[in-house]
Amino acid sequence: MPSEMSSVPSEMNEALLRSLTPSVLAILVRRGADFAAAEDAVQEALVEAVRLWPDDRSPSARPGSGESRPGSGRGDPLRDPKGWLVTVAWRKFLDATRADAARRRREALVDEEPAPGPAPGVDDTLQLYFLCAHPSLTPSSAVALTLRAVGGLTTRQIAQAYLVPEATMAQRISRAKRTVSGVRFDKPGDVATVLRVLYLVFNEGYSGDVDLAAEAIRLTRQLAAAIDHPEVAGLLALMLLHHARRAARTAPDGSLVPLAEQDRSRWDTQSIAEGVRILQTALARDRLGEFQAQAAIAALHADAPTAEETDWVQIAEWYDELTLLTDNPVVRLNRAVAVGEADGPRAGLTALAALDDSLPRHTAVAAYLHERDGDLATAARLYAEAAHKAPDLAERDHLTRQAARLNAHRRR
Amino acid sequence: MAKYLLLKHYRGAPAAVNDVPMDQWTPEEISAHMQYMQDFADRLEKTGEFVDGQALAPEGTWVRYDGEGRPPVTDGPFAETKDLIAGWMVIDVDSQERAVELAGELSAAPGAGGKPIHEWLEVRPFLTAPPTITE
Repeated sequence: MPSEMSSVPSEMNEALLRSLTPSVLAILVRRGADFAAAEDAVQEALVEAVRLWPDDRSPSARPGSGESRPGSGRGDPLRDPKGWLVTVAWRKFLDATRADAARRRREALVDEEPAPGPAPGVDDTLQLYFLCAHPSLTPSSAVALTLRAVGGLTTRQIAQAYLVPEATMAQRISRAKRTVSGVRFDKPGDVATVLRVLYLVFNEGYSGDVDLAAEAIRLTRQLAAAIDHPEVAGLLALMLLHHARRAARTAPDGSLVPLAEQDRSRWDTQSIAEGVRILQTALARDRLGEFQAQAAIAALHADAPTAEETDWVQIAEWYDELTLLTDNPVVRLNRAVAVGEADGPRAGLTALAALDDSLPRHTAVAAYLHERDGDLATAARLYAEAAHKAPDLAERDHLTRQAARLNAHRRR
Repeated sequence: MAKYLLLKHYRGAPAAVNDVPMDQWTPEEISAHMQYMQDFADRLEKTGEFVDGQALAPEGTWVRYDGEGRPPVTDGPFAETKDLIAGWMVIDVDSQERAVELAGELSAAPGAGGKPIHEWLEVRPFLTAPPTITE
């Protein structure tokens, strides 16, 4: 295990370092380092960079301003940050392998210190995404490995983000690396598995000092630059559209603010505009997928100046599309809400009646539709019941407040 | 320093003085309660006495081993089970007195009518590692 970063890098340095991580790692793997050792070496090089790089970097030193020049010493991190990282990471890798038992084979590798080779392409980064989301990994392992090897986060940061001890996360990552150690690096993978991992990271939100939602957006953006795929664009659009509402989603006291009650002036219009633009380009290619459909629904919400002006008819139609694409029970549940808004709460309750009532949030949706239908006593009872079954504290508090609000109203 | 578990129950503790279910409070009373709990935890973090706090879902499953090669037996949830833990806070404090003092403060969290709930909390000391010097 490499030691973790002890000093705090300047924000600009950290962003730069993390954007360079996947391509530096890919170069090491291309040169013949095995993935697990290369990944350790890159982490150590990152630690070194944090220690040695000047705090403020001149604008000429942005990524892409130079190519890797191994053999030219460590080089100047200001002029060629990637070259510097590659050189340092390769030395770390060689140091580690030299220290290993199988000396002879490794020394042969040292002797044939590799030529610079072609400039690393986006393909390498893409391969790294595939590897870290490999189907042989469990979702939690794929998430952790992606954040470290592609995202350039330290084990400590990832552990903090997922609220587990650092030793636990270190173990999860090293097991994941062992699992994929035999996977060939040049075989293309399935984009859908990568998207599922990024979606999981985004949904985790944020806790500790790492903003996982922002990190998921960064990684999805980087993926979208590496591969032209409408569903990658769809997921990026979906994330941007949801992220745009984040500031409005919680009250100052930390409680949840439902969509209909959010202060829409607090939505990030720039993020919405970008999401909509990306989505429109993707939809124009006529290869619909579930992330594009979900993004279309998010875009329709974002498009409404007030909750009352929401185009629920179109949203319900998108849920129909989504049902055809995934047939996920959660989608059907959301569809019942949309139908309730488009065609009235009775229609929503009819749609809901067709679904298994053990579905998560089924009771909460029933409570909402009964309230819309004017049956406040039933709604209050169901909100309290839904709070009892809520999967997280924020939702439990929210549902309890809904029950309390209706009960207080009925007492008046 | 010694660690204590402050245990809150859904069921099984003696009845609180101000024993009104939360969905019968006003939304403002709920907010005041949440704020009190948050402030309490923040204050303990600042004094260096907070270790952990978690809430548990009200329903779970009983599981036991059913012999070699068989899947475990599951059962429940049992509505009649007397004791049902709702959540806990772990504190690391200098004395039992301090643990009791803090539990008392937590039990004073406001409930219906803005009045303290006077909820019963269980204070349980952790069994610690043996000290280095024993003689």
